[in-house]
Amino acid sequence: MSLSEQHRSHGLVASEGLTPRQAWGVVGLVVAALLAWLIFAIWPDWLNAVLISKKAFVSALFNGLTLAGLYFLVASGFTLVFGLMRNVNLAHGSLYLLGAYIGYEVTSRTGYWLIGVAAGFLVLAAVGLVLQVVVFRRLEGDDLRQTLVTIGISIVAADLMLAVWTGGTYQIATPDWLDGAVTLPIITAVRSNGVSVFLTYPLYRLVVLLAAVVIGVALWVMLNRTCIGMMIRAGVDDRAMLSASGVNVHAVFAIVFAIGAGLAGFAGVVGGSALSVAPGEDVRYLLASLVVVIVGGMGSITGAAIGALLIGLAEQIGLVYFPTYGVVLTFVIMVAVLAFRPQGVMGKPR
Amino acid sequence: MTSLASTTNTRERDVAATVGAANLGLAILLLVYPAVASDFFLVQIGAYSLIWGVIALSLMLLAGYGGMVSMAQISVAGIAGYTVAIFGANNIGLHGFGWPFWILAPFSILVAAIASALIGVIANRTEGIYTIMITLAIAMAFFYFTQQNYALFNGHSGYAGINAPRFWGVNWRDPIPFYYLCLVCAAGAYAAVLYASKSTFGLTMQAIRDNPRRMRSLGFNVTGHKVAAYFYAGLIAGLGGVLSVWFNGRISPGTVAIGPAINVLVIAVIGGLRHPIGPFVGALLVVLIQTFAIDLVGAERYNTLIGVVFLAIVFVSPDGVLGLWEKLRPHLAQGSLRSEP
Repeated sequence: MSLSEQHRSHGLVASEGLTPRQAWGVVGLVVAALLAWLIFAIWPDWLNAVLISKKAFVSALFNGLTLAGLYFLVASGFTLVFGLMRNVNLAHGSLYLLGAYIGYEVTSRTGYWLIGVAAGFLVLAAVGLVLQVVVFRRLEGDDLRQTLVTIGISIVAADLMLAVWTGGTYQIATPDWLDGAVTLPIITAVRSNGVSVFLTYPLYRLVVLLAAVVIGVALWVMLNRTCIGMMIRAGVDDRAMLSASGVNVHAVFAIVFAIGAGLAGFAGVVGGSALSVAPGEDVRYLLASLVVVIVGGMGSITGAAIGALLIGLAEQIGLVYFPTYGVVLTFVIMVAVLAFRPQGVMGKPR
Repeated sequence: MTSLASTTNTRERDVAATVGAANLGLAILLLVYPAVASDFFLVQIGAYSLIWGVIALSLMLLAGYGGMVSMAQISVAGIAGYTVAIFGANNIGLHGFGWPFWILAPFSILVAAIASALIGVIANRTEGIYTIMITLAIAMAFFYFTQQNYALFNGHSGYAGINAPRFWGVNWRDPIPFYYLCLVCAAGAYAAVLYASKSTFGLTMQAIRDNPRRMRSLGFNVTGHKVAAYFYAGLIAGLGGVLSVWFNGRISPGTVAIGPAINVLVIAVIGGLRHPIGPFVGALLVVLIQTFAIDLVGAERYNTLIGVVFLAIVFVSPDGVLGLWEKLRPHLAQGSLRSEP
């Protein structure tokens, strides 16, 4: 009797109140509706006055999304490697920069941008494989020494890249079919004569965003629907148990490291075409990866996507609305996440 | 159990005696060093090594006794340096309140220590290897912030024209007085760390490093102790920062960039994280390599050389040069060998 009562009352609560999940869903829908209105509606004057102009806001939003895509490409490798191997690869930024330089060399020699992208991925995947087999396997289980070694590698790599490519700034040439701008069906303003002004945006940046989404989905499918992905997820949860059940953990590690490094190289070429390639970019992307992964949670691809979105948008919107305090916004997000959810948005409590 | 504890105690005492004698010898050596050294060796090698040693000592305190590898120690030192530039006198025409040094120096060090404690609060939201990531992110964010912000940090160019104090008729930036100033500060910091490591607080820290869960269940406030350790490390790093800004006469974002942040770690690791003398040994080695790399590999490839030395040390001897020394002198090693920090 009492049991059934309990059961009924529980059912009542569930049907009348909102579960946390539903509450978050409602919040998400409201935010999405607000964003859709901000993007597609014609802004009233007071909003234009508050947020400078619709063009500035929507451009910042799109730039933020593109940057988020780039950050996601870099950070997803970082988070996979960390989640599986407990290896904080502080040379990840160097892998990005090396990929960008290789992409530049290959593209300018062959003239085909796609070959440059492929080379960036493949060469860096090979580099990652070599690093894992030659360096990190020797230091397994010693977090601090692995991290120190990656710092040492990043020092040497930065200096050698400076020696080879000097301090100049390079721009990887994108092919013609990716150049130019597209007009999006978004009205930024209405002229006094009634003609609507549509937003134009560089095609290449949209392609970067698309590539990030495609790779994100591909990674998710690989992790959740394939055999190797199952092994990787099992390894993230319990490495020793995976090894005990007869899987060659070292092979899994090597594959993950190769994918992670390859993605960094890929992001290097793609990012080097959108922005520029110069010494110091390695540190920038390392910082981005660190913050994205701290915010998103270690070892989670979804977390990396959420973190990248937050940080990319914060950086670009900060750049428009409070230029000298942009970094502080990024930092505040990181501290806020650490304060309320130390393991990151999608991280599992350990 | 008790017999084990007592043997450890006597062993500790023996080591303390030998370390005491070694310290005395070292002190005499450093005191008479100005008599034989030229101005270049006195300031560019001697004083410079001591300053880096002090900053790296603050990292050693955290990493060696607390197991917390913080990459933000250079930021803490930089905060002290910027405080000196903002509240003292500079020739940029921004801020520069001209406070006298005897208020300015303690104030700057205190500001740095409070900043360090705040970093500690943030970094201690998680444990272990996360600390290094969070503090590295903080150090980078601070660097980009100083570079972007003109109202407080004067952006890219920073502050210049910061003079070391003059009192008792001495310009403390002259080679011999400055060397002794650095020596006294470094010796003070060194003695403080040595004393702290034997104090109740220091022993508690080491216990927390070895087994935080057990200490928590014994009723110790683990986070509180760690934040306090960050505060003390901040005092030392701040001292180094004040000396550094007097040494350079200027401070800019380059002072707190990622390069110097890594340099502090390199110095501490090359020297050894197990004993407070390690950072000073490491600083001397790194400064010597930095100065004479031009003859070995040319001025350009200094970073490759230092990186390779660093990698070799991490691979061969995780305890740095001190660890190598202990491998060569096994009978000395027993007392100071501890479990991995």
